[in-house]
Amino acid sequence: MNILPGTQPVIEITYLIASVLFILSLKWMSSPSTARRGVWAGEAGMLLAIGGTLLQHGIVDYRGIAIALVLGTVIGIPLGLVQMTAVPQRTALSHAFGAFCVTLVGTAEFYLRSPQVPRFTMTVLSIEVILGSLTFTGSLMAAGKLQEILPQRPITYKGQNLVNLFLLAIAVAGAGYLVLHPGMKPLFPVIVGISFLLGILMIIPIGGADMPTVISLLNSYAGLSAAAMGFVVDSKLLIVAGALDGSSGFILSVIMSKAMNRSFANVLFGAFGQVQSAAAVAGESKTARSATAEEAAAILAAANKVVIVPGYGMAVAQAQHKVRELYDSLSKRGVDVRFAIHPVAGRMPGHMNVLLAEADIPYDRLVEMDDINGDFPQTDVALVIGANDVTNPAARTDSSSPIFGMPILDVDKARTVMVIKRSMSPGFAGIDNPLYYLDKTLMLFGDAKSFVNDIVRELAGGGSH
Amino acid sequence: MSSNLVNGLFVFMLAAFIGFEVIRRVSPLLHTPLMSLTNALDAIAVVGAIVLVGRHESRLSYALGMLAVIAATSNIVGGFLITDRMLKMFKTSRPTKP
Repeated sequence: MNILPGTQPVIEITYLIASVLFILSLKWMSSPSTARRGVWAGEAGMLLAIGGTLLQHGIVDYRGIAIALVLGTVIGIPLGLVQMTAVPQRTALSHAFGAFCVTLVGTAEFYLRSPQVPRFTMTVLSIEVILGSLTFTGSLMAAGKLQEILPQRPITYKGQNLVNLFLLAIAVAGAGYLVLHPGMKPLFPVIVGISFLLGILMIIPIGGADMPTVISLLNSYAGLSAAAMGFVVDSKLLIVAGALDGSSGFILSVIMSKAMNRSFANVLFGAFGQVQSAAAVAGESKTARSATAEEAAAILAAANKVVIVPGYGMAVAQAQHKVRELYDSLSKRGVDVRFAIHPVAGRMPGHMNVLLAEADIPYDRLVEMDDINGDFPQTDVALVIGANDVTNPAARTDSSSPIFGMPILDVDKARTVMVIKRSMSPGFAGIDNPLYYLDKTLMLFGDAKSFVNDIVRELAGGGSH
Repeated sequence: MSSNLVNGLFVFMLAAFIGFEVIRRVSPLLHTPLMSLTNALDAIAVVGAIVLVGRHESRLSYALGMLAVIAATSNIVGGFLITDRMLKMFKTSRPTKP
C-alpha cells in the first residue's frame, strides 16, 4: 500500500495509543473507585482509533461511513438505556452484534480477495467466519431465551453432542478445502450456513440457570473471532482488543463453571443443560416450619448480624428496592446487614451486584461467597430471598445429589435461617432442598416483594410489641 | 508465513497474557460491567468495516461493510453507555452516607 507520506505512521501511532488505553481501561476496572476512569479510557481509545482509520489511504466514501456511524449510534443509544434486569439479554444481543460485524467483514474480505487468498489468511479468515457466525446465532438464541421470547426449558435429544461435533467437523473440513482451493466461492456460504445452524443447536440444550456460563463463553468466542479478523485485515489493534475480550470471556467462563461444579471440558462441549434425572429421594414425610411477617420482623430486629442471600427470584419479583428498605430499616437499628453473593446468582456474571447497586445498596456490603462463608456460624439470621440451589446443603453432604460438589453458601450454619419462597416446590434444577426442613429454618411463604414489604412495615410499626 | 503474520501471533500471545493478568484482578463485583466494557472495546472491529465502506471496492463489500459498521457502532455506543450507567450506581457506605 502506498500511502501519502507521513500519514501512515500517524495512523499506526493512534492505534498504538488506543491499544494502551484499552489495556488501561481494563486495568482500571479492577476496583469500583477507578472503574469509571476505565470507561473514559476506552472511549478515548475508540475515538482515536476511528479517527486514525478515517485518515487511511484509499478511503473515498465518507458519506457512507457517516451514515452507518449515525445509524449505529441511533440503534446503540436505546441498547445502552435498558433496565438493569434486562442487562443479560442486552449483553447477549451485543455479543451477537459484535459477531455479526466480524462475520460480515470476513465474508466481504473473502469475496474481494478470492481466488488469491494466501493459505494462512484463508485459515484465520475461516476461523473468523466460523466462530463469528456460530456466536451470532448462538447469542441471538441466548438473548431470546433470556428475554423469554424462546422457551427457557432445555431441549435435549440423544446424540446431541455428536450432531454438533459432526456439523463442526463439516464446517472445518470445508474451511480446510477452501484453504487449499480459495477459488471455490460456492463453498463459502455453505460453511457460514452450517456455522449458523451450529450456533442455534449449541444453545438449544441450555436452561436459564446455565446462562452465566454460556454468556461468558459466547463473550470469549466473540473476542476470538475479532482477533482472527485482526489477522485477516492485518490490524494489531484488533488483535489486541480481540485477545483481551477473548481472555476476559475465558476467565469468566472458568469462574462460572467452577461455581457450578462443572469441568471446563463439560462447558466447552456444550453439555450444560443435561436433564438431571434427580434421584427422587422418596423420603419420610418431612415438615417445614413457617412464620409470619410479624414473627420474622421480631427475629430480625433482635439480631445483631444478618446476612441476606439474594437469588434470581429476587430480581424476578423486582424486590431489590424493598430489600434496600429492609436494609435501611435494620441498619438504623444497629443490625449489621450484609449480602452474600454466589458467583452464579442471577443470569450473568456479577448480575446480582448490579441489581443491588441499582437499589442503592453500598457495594462494600456485598460479599463474595468465599469471604462470607466463614462468617455464617456467627450470623444470627440468614435471610434467603429467591435463591435455592446455591444454598442447598446437599451439595456438601449428599453424594447422590445432582449438585453434589457445587460450592454453596453455608446458610445452614447460621443460627436461624429464613427463606422467602412462593411454595415448597423445588427450584430450577428440580432438586429438593433439605435446608427447608431444618429445625432452625423458618419458611416465609409469599411473593418476595410483598413479603419483604410486610417485614419492613412491621419493623416500622413499633417493633415493641 | 509472512513476517506480518508472525508479528500478529506475537501480539496476540502478549495481549492474551496481559488480558489474563489484568482481568484476573477485576473484582467479581464488577463482572457485569466488565463484560459490557470488553464488548464495547471488541467493537473496535469497526475499523475494518469502515475501511470496507470507505474503499467501496465492490457493491457486496460496501453493503456488508455498511451493516458491519452499524452493528459495531451500536455496540460501541450502547456498550460504553450502559457500562458507565452501571458503574455510576456502585456506591460505598464508607465516606459520607448519602
